[in-house]
Amino acid sequence: MALLQVSGVTKTYGPLKALDGVDLEVEAGSFHGLIGPNGSGKSTLLKAIAGAHFPTTGRILFDGGDITTMPPYQRARRGLSLKFQITSVLTELSVYDNVLLALQATEGYGALFRSRSRARLDGEVMAALERFRLAGRADDLAGELSHGEQQWLEIAMALAPRPKLLLLDEPTGGMSPEERRVTGELLAPIRRHCALVIVEHDLDFIKNICDRLTMLDQGRVLGTGSVAEIEGDARVQEIYTRRV
Amino acid sequence: MTATTGAAPPVAARRGAFRILPAIELAVLALLLVVPFLLADRPELITLLTNVVILSLLALSFDLCWGFSGIMSFGQALFFGVAGYGVALVGRDLEFSQLWATLPLAMLAGGALAALLAAFLLLGRKAPTSIFVAFGTLTGAYAAERLVAGWQYVGAGNGLSAIKLMAFGEYEFVEGLDFYAVALTALVLVYAASRTLVRSQLGLVLAGIRQNEERLAFFGYRVQVFKAVVFSLAGMVAGLSGALYGYHQGFTGPSNLGPGLSTTAVIYCLFGGSGTLIGPVLGTVAIEVLSYVLADIDAIRQFWPVLLGVVLLVVVTFQPTGLLGLAVSARERIGTYGARKAAR
Ligand SMILES: Nc1ncnc2c1ncn2[C@@H]1O[C@H](COP(=O)(O)OP(=O)(O)OP(=O)(O)O)[C@@H](O)[C@H]1O
Ligand SMILES: [Mg+2]
Repeated sequence: MALLQVSGVTKTYGPLKALDGVDLEVEAGSFHGLIGPNGSGKSTLLKAIAGAHFPTTGRILFDGGDITTMPPYQRARRGLSLKFQITSVLTELSVYDNVLLALQATEGYGALFRSRSRARLDGEVMAALERFRLAGRADDLAGELSHGEQQWLEIAMALAPRPKLLLLDEPTGGMSPEERRVTGELLAPIRRHCALVIVEHDLDFIKNICDRLTMLDQGRVLGTGSVAEIEGDARVQEIYTRRV
Repeated sequence: MTATTGAAPPVAARRGAFRILPAIELAVLALLLVVPFLLADRPELITLLTNVVILSLLALSFDLCWGFSGIMSFGQALFFGVAGYGVALVGRDLEFSQLWATLPLAMLAGGALAALLAAFLLLGRKAPTSIFVAFGTLTGAYAAERLVAGWQYVGAGNGLSAIKLMAFGEYEFVEGLDFYAVALTALVLVYAASRTLVRSQLGLVLAGIRQNEERLAFFGYRVQVFKAVVFSLAGMVAGLSGALYGYHQGFTGPSNLGPGLSTTAVIYCLFGGSGTLIGPVLGTVAIEVLSYVLADIDAIRQFWPVLLGVVLLVVVTFQPTGLLGLAVSARERIGTYGARKAAR
């Protein structure tokens, strides 16, 4: 069975159908790209999977359990992690503390009060920072990082607790081409332990790192398949040429 | 809540930077230890100082809520007042006032009541807004004040006077240096525990909640439960404060658990600087001492509350980080957690 299974998910805002009977399957360890024009429902779908809101109808299964209406903290504990479209690192905490916060979420109240895991987690925090080229900035406030660095920090935070599935909404938004390339390199190795659902407007970027693509348009799935299949799909081409 | 961080100094400069908060904490402690001996022949000032120390605890309880966890509580006096009535009633009806039992029980009562209120206000199915919590706590304090004001058993509008003196074995505490010593011990213990809390990894979670509680849920934190725990702890501190206050004054009345005193605690904290622990203590000292001095000057005896009001208004509106914000950098206010320096 697939790691993530979204079936018939609909989300309505008043008369608007932001999602309309969406199906999506993601296998463990695979990278799945979500593409589609502005307003097609990509973020709405990621939020439904993360638990930021619940679908109007439909079901979401994750790692063998039904998470359709499970609160976000329980989904996180089951191995779901994310970065939303709007960057939300904690700007008034140090870079180091941001990652520590992401790592210590499963500790009990007493252990947190006694700061018991602090020394034990130090290595993991620094490893996560090193991986995303932020080790030298551990003591800076997250708010002092550049926009691109903040996105990396947020990905580092999302990956630190070793999730089974990572959801990324436009992680390269506002990045320079060079930063974009590096982001692709940083994401590639996580495949060994983590599946990825990623939303990106940059088609070249997403083609390079993803195994499969799903194209959304007006809340509906236009097509799902390998990168080559989706690229070759006439309807997809039509929408992409219309858009560009 | 905290100032923007755009103007923070570069890292290198910051690492070895002199930390001013611990210096302020030490200075305040030294003052509180020394000043009473200098005032030994002015009993009315010892009484004032004892009140200040006791009310600092109340202000501290508000800082734990708002300054550290983003819980806008306008009802801290509720826990304070209930504890005050509690010790008064236990003294009157059971003729018991041993501090080793009544003070912990007062804390338990304050904490339990806060936990109950938190269950309603914080632990609902949907995360509450701060406005909802502010109105909820305010209403709780208001309702409690009205309730006791109309309740004969607890003295109705007159409150309860001639509270049995706080005792330890045969020894009874009247106003004066001994009572001051008990109050100061309570403050130091609570302060030390709070300091450990806010600088621990738990304090880091609270700092995260204060900034973006929605984001923290996606890491796996049960945000509202954390808030409820801190709110209950703060209720315990307010309860301790209320019990000491009742014993010290020998009196408790409806206004001791209403919105008026709750708001006073808010002002102590904002005036001194919220989110610092020492800020609310300084704020309480400053406001109470200022009131005492102003009320004693003949020329302004008629209108000193107006003067005080203007001073408070200016500080709270133009200096959102309070008096302490003038001396302490934003970076130091944010701090580090879980003894980071020691670990590396
Ligand atoms: N909270 C909301 N209330 C009402 N309408 C909403 C809400 N959130 C999203 N929508 C609408 O739902 C539709 C899908 O929005 P969504 O953010 O999922 O698009 P998207 O594919 O992520 O677009 P973009 O590429 O611009 O990020 C849009 O028409 C949007 O206006
Ligand atoms: Mg979007």
